[in-house]
Amino acid sequence: MSQDIIEAPLGATAERQAVVRATGGAPDKDWVIVTRGIKREYDMGGEIVRALRGVDLAIQRNEYVAIMGPSGSGKSTLMNVIGCLDTPNDGEYWLNGTRVSSMSEDELARVRNKEIGFVFQTFNLLPRATALHNVELPLVYAGVSGVERKRRAREALERVQLGSRVDHRPNELSGGQRQRVAIARALVNNPSILLADEPTGNLDSTTSEEIMRVFESLASEGQTVIMVTHEPDIAAHARRVVVLRDGLVASDERQSAFMEQLRRGGV
Amino acid sequence: MSFIEAIRLALQQIWVQKLKSFFTLLGVMIGVTFLIAVVSIVGGMSKYMSEQLVGKVIAINSFELRRTPKINFHGDEETQRELRRRPEVRIEDIAPVVAALSPGTRWAAYAANGFNVESRYVNKPKPASFFGVTDQYFEIKRMEPAKGRLFAPQEYVNAGNVIVIGDEIATYYFPSVDPIGRELIIKGAPYTVVGVMEKQGSAFGRSFDQFVMAPMNSPLGRLKTPHGALNSIMVQTPSRDGMIAEMQAVREVMRTRRHLRPSQKDNFELETSESALEFWNKIKSYLVVAGVALPAIGLVVGAIVIMNIMLVAVAERTREIGIRKSLGARRRDIMSQFLVESATLSTVGAALGVATGFAFAKLISMVSPLPAAVELWSVFLGVGIGAGVGVIAGVYPASQASRLDPITALRAE
Repeated sequence: MSQDIIEAPLGATAERQAVVRATGGAPDKDWVIVTRGIKREYDMGGEIVRALRGVDLAIQRNEYVAIMGPSGSGKSTLMNVIGCLDTPNDGEYWLNGTRVSSMSEDELARVRNKEIGFVFQTFNLLPRATALHNVELPLVYAGVSGVERKRRAREALERVQLGSRVDHRPNELSGGQRQRVAIARALVNNPSILLADEPTGNLDSTTSEEIMRVFESLASEGQTVIMVTHEPDIAAHARRVVVLRDGLVASDERQSAFMEQLRRGGV
Repeated sequence: MSFIEAIRLALQQIWVQKLKSFFTLLGVMIGVTFLIAVVSIVGGMSKYMSEQLVGKVIAINSFELRRTPKINFHGDEETQRELRRRPEVRIEDIAPVVAALSPGTRWAAYAANGFNVESRYVNKPKPASFFGVTDQYFEIKRMEPAKGRLFAPQEYVNAGNVIVIGDEIATYYFPSVDPIGRELIIKGAPYTVVGVMEKQGSAFGRSFDQFVMAPMNSPLGRLKTPHGALNSIMVQTPSRDGMIAEMQAVREVMRTRRHLRPSQKDNFELETSESALEFWNKIKSYLVVAGVALPAIGLVVGAIVIMNIMLVAVAERTREIGIRKSLGARRRDIMSQFLVESATLSTVGAALGVATGFAFAKLISMVSPLPAAVELWSVFLGVGIGAGVGVIAGVYPASQASRLDPITALRAE
């Protein structure tokens, strides 16, 4: 594999300019995410795996973005980096104008708590806790007091139409309901981005549609949504699609152009 | 995350796995059980010793000038021989000793021996301790008559044939009649009972109510001490501090009277309640060491069990840790969650141990003569030890948990 830095294709000039401008310092506040030359390598028993080989990406506030790519393309690693669960070996990452690529573990935990709302494929709810308590968790770590916490958690659950299920445990809920609890949990601390990793991977198509409608309405309310998926019909809901291949951005298209490409069978 | 929240979470965790938790707690529980039981029994015996035994035998703020200690547990032959060689404290010592005391100090001398007491009402004679006493004896010992009166001043001076008797003597000879004004026969001579003293109780099976007392100068007093030997001259001061000064004064008088050179040791005893308790304190310190060392082994085992269980819990709940970290839990949040959990687990065990320890101590005191005293501080000690053991046992597993990489932890099954 070539180690040359490949000029990453960016969907629009605005994005390219954002990334270039960021080189000198913090980017414009309008840009929720700006990454420049993100590299992430793993040492897998002596063999170096280059999961990300220099990703440039800029995402504006209120965007609804899908990150696609075949398995091994680096999309999970990118999601971990964007979600501040992982730090890049090289390159820079600004989240909301703050450089997070060189933060300490505890600072990253704070960023995850305040800025990121995760939605996982396997829901990742605490099995023995009620829906309400699961939704409360981010607020617990944010240091919000009990009464306020309960109120906000209830509100978040109502937002995903689960106001009547607050005292149910995950095993008393359907897959779709569990994922909606997870979405409520992701939203409860008003994060800058909702970061979903294969959110419909464990759901049947009807439930998947239901969850996608939740994302749709959140996006239309102005919530920034980033969704990692390998399913084109799920990605089709997003307004912008970034395709990764071999640890690099292969294409970054606005939805209209992407749909065109889909029709030609290009992805 | 708040502390209360963490405890609630920990209790929930314990409750979910009741049986497993119980076995985890067993080590700490047994350790604390024995700790509490030993502390209660040693404490009970201590209380018994100072209040019942020594408190009755030696009055408050007082010391006794004696030939040998009243409570004598010294085993070695050397000491015993030295004690046997000591001269008697004699009637002639009273005047110089009393002259050395400050005003306001009470004193009393007594001589005691065992006699058989007879009565015309009861055929079988009963042995009794006989005391010839001087006038302030009852005041110092805080003994009051339950019936009748104490001796009048002129009875001390005129040596009347009057006696006061203990409760047990009274009930033995006069089960159905008023003993006041009746006679008891001692060594062939009749004596009139003028008072029956309040019940004094007993210690280690020895009754304190089996006595007959008469003024020291009475015929009976002279009978007891034909050669003028005394058991004791008691001195009681108004305060604890004064006692030390009086002891020094009495010591000097006695050393002078016995012509002791500075290099020679006292050949008499100045016994206080503390010095009488000395032997007990020595035994107690051994008991406490044993009583703490043995349960400590239980606690160490308990700590190891808890540490293991916590390591298992961390492994089982790796995914939970990942979830919590992804939601913004910092290292210290995870660390404190598991520390609180292990401390709570251990404290619950310790609390159970405190309860069973007290039950155990009570049981022992019921089936054996060993008394038990529930000491409040031992409850705090037991629970505190429990929490401490939990924290120590939890440090390693909790730090393992806090170091988990969130991505790996989220992928765990």
